[in-house]
Amino acid sequence: MNNLLLEKQHEQYVKKLKREKKEIVTWQIFILFAFLSLWELAGRYTWVDPLLFSYPTKIASLFLTKLQDGSLVLHTTVTLLETIAGFILGTLLGTLFAAILWWSRKASRISDPYLVVLNSMPKVALGPIIIVALGPGYVSIITMGASISIIITTLVIFHSFHTVEPNYIKVIRSFGGNKKQIFREVILPASFPAIISTLKVNVGLSWVGVIVGEFLVSKQGLGYMIIYGFQVFNFTLVLLSLLMIAIFSSIMYLGVEWLERKLIKH
Amino acid sequence: MSFLQLNAISHVYLTKSAAKEAISDLSFSISEGEFVSLLGPSGCGKSTLLSIISGLLRPTEGSVSLQNEIIQSPGERMGYMLQQDYLFPWKTIEENCYIGLKLLNKLTPERKEDTLALLESMGLSDVRDAYPDQLSGGMRQRVALVRTLATNPDLLLLDEPFSALDYQTKLKLEDLVFKTLKAHQKTAILVTHDIGEAIAMSDRIILLSPRPGKIAKIFQVPSQLQTLLPFEARNDSTFSANFQSIWKELDSLEQSPT
Ligand SMILES: Nc1ncnc2c1ncn2[C@@H]1O[C@H](COP(=O)(O)OP(=O)(O)OP(=O)(O)O)[C@@H](O)[C@H]1O
Ligand SMILES: [Mg+2]
Repeated sequence: MNNLLLEKQHEQYVKKLKREKKEIVTWQIFILFAFLSLWELAGRYTWVDPLLFSYPTKIASLFLTKLQDGSLVLHTTVTLLETIAGFILGTLLGTLFAAILWWSRKASRISDPYLVVLNSMPKVALGPIIIVALGPGYVSIITMGASISIIITTLVIFHSFHTVEPNYIKVIRSFGGNKKQIFREVILPASFPAIISTLKVNVGLSWVGVIVGEFLVSKQGLGYMIIYGFQVFNFTLVLLSLLMIAIFSSIMYLGVEWLERKLIKH
Repeated sequence: MSFLQLNAISHVYLTKSAAKEAISDLSFSISEGEFVSLLGPSGCGKSTLLSIISGLLRPTEGSVSLQNEIIQSPGERMGYMLQQDYLFPWKTIEENCYIGLKLLNKLTPERKEDTLALLESMGLSDVRDAYPDQLSGGMRQRVALVRTLATNPDLLLLDEPFSALDYQTKLKLEDLVFKTLKAHQKTAILVTHDIGEAIAMSDRIILLSPRPGKIAKIFQVPSQLQTLLPFEARNDSTFSANFQSIWKELDSLEQSPT
């Protein structure tokens, strides 16, 4: 009897949770739909300048045209690959630098003011120099995507390495463990949460670096599509590029969240 | 020859603001199989002394030798159990127990089996795949003990291993640790604040006085209490007399002007 009552209560609770979830998703879909409809109407009836703001069906038909002539796939692939490369490079190098700084306390103390200065400097301002130095191509663009995240990654992860509970280290040392073993068994696993959260930040940052890089190089990619659309006053093209960026950066973010679930169980 | 020998140990902590003498000219020795407690007020250098014995901390002066070998660095011969369990939250209970063997490069199938047997003897075999945050404080401390014993150390150093536990769990664990150590014929040094625990568990009690830490007095626990399990010892008729005399001594240490 008592058990039955409990079961029933649980059932109702689960139902309530489902209902709430459904309500939220309904609202989200409704807002999206309302926004798109309003935009469409505003564009068609020229409540806003359609030349500047375009409207959804126009963007959709441009999407189909560009898909057919293959240029959209090309530009998106280029940008996506550059962004992923910049993202991975920035995160790996940042983690590596953090590990070096952790290894040598002296190195970390010496480099401290330089890191602070580098971190506060807007990295995209280095764009022109990077492009001249490395040539106007994907190498420069990837470098920009990486450079924008590398310093902040170094700082955040080093801070995490540095603040690991010292008694965990003491446990390893009490078994005669050396510095390498301390790093592998304690410092790195204890810092996984910090590493994951920098990954999340770096997804956004590498998109910024790569898009700005493509603005400057102006050869290929979604950044180039935006600049081109701007120059020929085709804002439908600009909005289409933005849409692609929104979709693929969200997918990358979801990828990082998936990695988080894989890596951090406890 | 004594098993463990401390020769005129002094330790000075250096900080920006001051140099502080934590331990001053401290010597004692322990024979094999003996269970010794270090008892003393907070800040009298008990943890410092344990770190020095383990080799984690180099004394400013003096030396520690284990079976006539001077201890230079931590290693396999010592098992150090910290004040809290410090199990790695990202490792399972089983992996936590293997960490010492792994670090020493001795993670053989036989040693694994021995460790699992130890885990079982502590009543923990059904949580071997669990993570530390799924365990109670008493269970975690038992896992920490298995982790320490897994490398089969000659000397165990226990830094207030029961201080974070509730009274009942503590009494049960005292018995368990006592039985386990006697069964494996281990030599052990226990740091504690608890007079009762010191009497119930050990053969000898070294009372330390603070600022700087040195030996105030050494109590020999009566032999009939030595052989009893800690819980039985606490109920023995001679227990409270022993408690009183140590209490008075400790009280006078804490009262004395600095
Ligand atoms: N790393 C350190 N740097 C400076 N002083 C220290 C350091 N560690 C301990 N001390 C000082 O040395 C003295 C002895 O410390 P220790 O931790 O050994 O005491 P304890 O007897 O273990 O105390 P408790 O019972 O509270 O654990 C204390 O006065 C403490 O302030
Ligand atoms: Mg202490």
